[in-house]
Amino acid sequence: MEFDWLFFFEVTLAGLGSGALLALTALAFVLIYKATKVVNLAIGEMLMVGAYLFFSFAAGFGLPVWLAIPLALIGGGLLGAIVERTIIRPMLGESAISVFMVTIGLGSVLVGLVEIVWGAAPTQLPDFMGTTPLFIGAAYVSRKIAIGFAVASIVIAAFVLAFRFWRGGVALRATATDQGAAYSCGIDVPKVFSAAWIVAGVAAAGAGILVGAVGGISPTMGVFGLSALVVVIVGGLDSIAGALVGGLIVGLVEAWSGTFIGGEYKLLATFGLLLIILMVRPYGLFGTVEIERL
Amino acid sequence: MRIGALKDSYGADQALFDTAPQRLWLALGAVALLAFPFAASDYWLYLACLVGIHIVSTTGLNILTGYTGLVSLGQAAFMGVGAYVVALAETRLGTPFLLNLLAAGLVTAAVGMVVGVPSLRVKGLYLAIATIAASFILHFVFQNWTAVTGGTRGLSIPPARLFGLELARPFALYWVIAPLTCLMVLAAANLFRTRIGRAFIAIRDRDISAEVLGIPLLRYKLMSFGLSSFYAGVAGGLWAYFFRVVTPESFPFVYSIFFLAAVIVGGMGTILGGILGAVFMTLVPEALKLVVGLLSPWMPNAVAILSPVRTIVFGALIIGFLILEPHGLAEIWRRIRRFFHLWPFKT
Repeated sequence: MEFDWLFFFEVTLAGLGSGALLALTALAFVLIYKATKVVNLAIGEMLMVGAYLFFSFAAGFGLPVWLAIPLALIGGGLLGAIVERTIIRPMLGESAISVFMVTIGLGSVLVGLVEIVWGAAPTQLPDFMGTTPLFIGAAYVSRKIAIGFAVASIVIAAFVLAFRFWRGGVALRATATDQGAAYSCGIDVPKVFSAAWIVAGVAAAGAGILVGAVGGISPTMGVFGLSALVVVIVGGLDSIAGALVGGLIVGLVEAWSGTFIGGEYKLLATFGLLLIILMVRPYGLFGTVEIERL
Repeated sequence: MRIGALKDSYGADQALFDTAPQRLWLALGAVALLAFPFAASDYWLYLACLVGIHIVSTTGLNILTGYTGLVSLGQAAFMGVGAYVVALAETRLGTPFLLNLLAAGLVTAAVGMVVGVPSLRVKGLYLAIATIAASFILHFVFQNWTAVTGGTRGLSIPPARLFGLELARPFALYWVIAPLTCLMVLAAANLFRTRIGRAFIAIRDRDISAEVLGIPLLRYKLMSFGLSSFYAGVAGGLWAYFFRVVTPESFPFVYSIFFLAAVIVGGMGTILGGILGAVFMTLVPEALKLVVGLLSPWMPNAVAILSPVRTIVFGALIIGFLILEPHGLAEIWRRIRRFFHLWPFKT
C-alpha cells in the first residue's frame, strides 16, 4: 500500500492541535509546581469544572459567548484560589507525597460535585466556533482544532512573556528558585502561592473550554489530565519550555498511534513514551536535575 | 491503672504481643473471628470476606508505601494480575486451590519487581507516575491479549475446591480468607522485626543514608516491590475466587487509589493502620448506602445521588485525614488506648 502523505499530514496537524491543548493544561500544572512544589493530580478535574462552568453560563443561563468565557475563566480562578486556601495552605511543609494524595482526593471531590450539579451524562458544549473547515494547502483541518491551537499558542506565548518581564512572573520565578531568599527580598511568598493557583485555575478552565468544544464534556473528561501528566513528566516538571515541547510530542504520538495502530493503543503509546523518558532522562527533557546530598 | 510495661531484654522489647492484656484481647478477637460466621447473615459474611481481601492488599501496599516510602498507584493492576493467574490456572490447568493462590502471588511478585525497576532512577512522584503508567499498560494487556485473558468478556472461574469441599458461598470462603488474612498480616508484622524490614524503614527515612549504611538500594527496593505485589497477587487471587469472574474492568485505576487511601486513612507505616484503613474504607460506602436508604422517604432522588456522594466522601476522607490526622486511624486508636492506660491522669 502506498503511504498517503496527505493523510499523514492531516493526522499530524490534528495531533499538533490537541498537543497545543495538552501544552496549555501542562502549563497550568507547571505553574503550580514551580511556585508551590505541589504535583497537582487534579488538574484534569479543574479543567473539567471550567468546561462545565462555561456550559452553565452559555447553555444554562443563555449568556452570549463573549460573556460566558470570561465568567468561566473567573470561576476557574476562584476554584484555584479556594483550593489553595482551604486544602493546600494547611498542607505546607508536609511531605510531597501527602500533598499529592490531597490533590487526588480533590479530584475525586470535584468529579462527585460535577455529577451532582450537572449529572453524569456526557453533553455537548454550545457551538461557538463555527464548523467551516480550514485547508492548509490541500490538507483538511477541523476548525475547532485550529482555533484551539491558535488560542493555546497565544496564551502560552503570553505566559512566556509574563514570566520574563512582568513583576509577578519574576516574583514567581524567584519563589521557585529559593523561597527563603525570595522572602528576604520582600516578596510576599504566600501571595505568590495564591497567584500561581489562581492563574493555573484560569489556564485550566480555558483549556477545559477548548477541550470541551472539540470533544464534548462529561464527568470523565478529567482523564485528559493524565495525558497532561505524561506531558509534564516528558518535558520536565518545572519547565515551561518542557510543557510546550512535551505537549506537542505527546499530541503527535497520540494522534499517530491512535490513527495508524488503533485507538486502544493511544494510552499505551503515551505511557510507553513516559516510561522510556523516565528511564533515559529521569527529570524529563528540560527538567531541573535535583542533586541530593546527605 | 497501668502506666507502662517494664521490659528488661531486647527480646521483650521486640515482642509482637508484649503485654498480657494485649494477648488477652487478641485471644478474644480470635474467638470473635471464629464465632462470627455462625452469628452473621450472608450479607455480613460477604462484607467480611471483602474486608479480608482488602486487608491483604492494603497491608501489601503498606509494606511498599508506608514502610519503604515508595508510592505506588498500581496495586489494583497487580491484583488483576493475581486474579488472572488464578483464573487461568483454575480453568486451563485445574491445579489445586491453594497452589493457585501461591502461584498468583509469585507471578505478581515477578511483575511487581519489573515495575519496580525504575525505582532506582526515579523516586517520589516520578515513581508514582511510573506506576500509573505500568497499571495502564497492564490494563491494556488484560483487555487486548484476548487469547489468554478473554478480552473484555473476561474469564469466569468455577468455585474453589479444598479437600473435596466446594467453597462457593461466603460462609465457606470465610474459612479460607480469614485465616489467610491473619497469616499474611502476622507475616507482615514479623517482617519489620527482621533485617529486611529494618532496611525498608531505613530506605523510607532517608535512602541516601541507607545506602551509606551499606543497604543495597536496588535490591531492597525491588524486594519491597516484590513483597507488596505478592500480597496484591494473593488478594487478587482471593478476589477471583470470591467473585468468580475476572474482567479488565474489575480492577480500575480508582481501585488503586482506594488502596492508597486505605493506607493513608488507616495510618502509613503501621500494621494496625493497614487493617483499620481497609475495614474503614470498605465499610464507609455500605454505611452511606444505609444512610441513603434512611433518607429516601424524605428525599425522592436520594438513590440517584448515591454514587456521586460516594465519590465526594471518598475524596473528602482522603483530604480530611491528610489535613487533620496525617497519622490516620492507627494514631486515633493509640490515643484512645493511652487515655485508658493513664486514666485518671490527663494524657
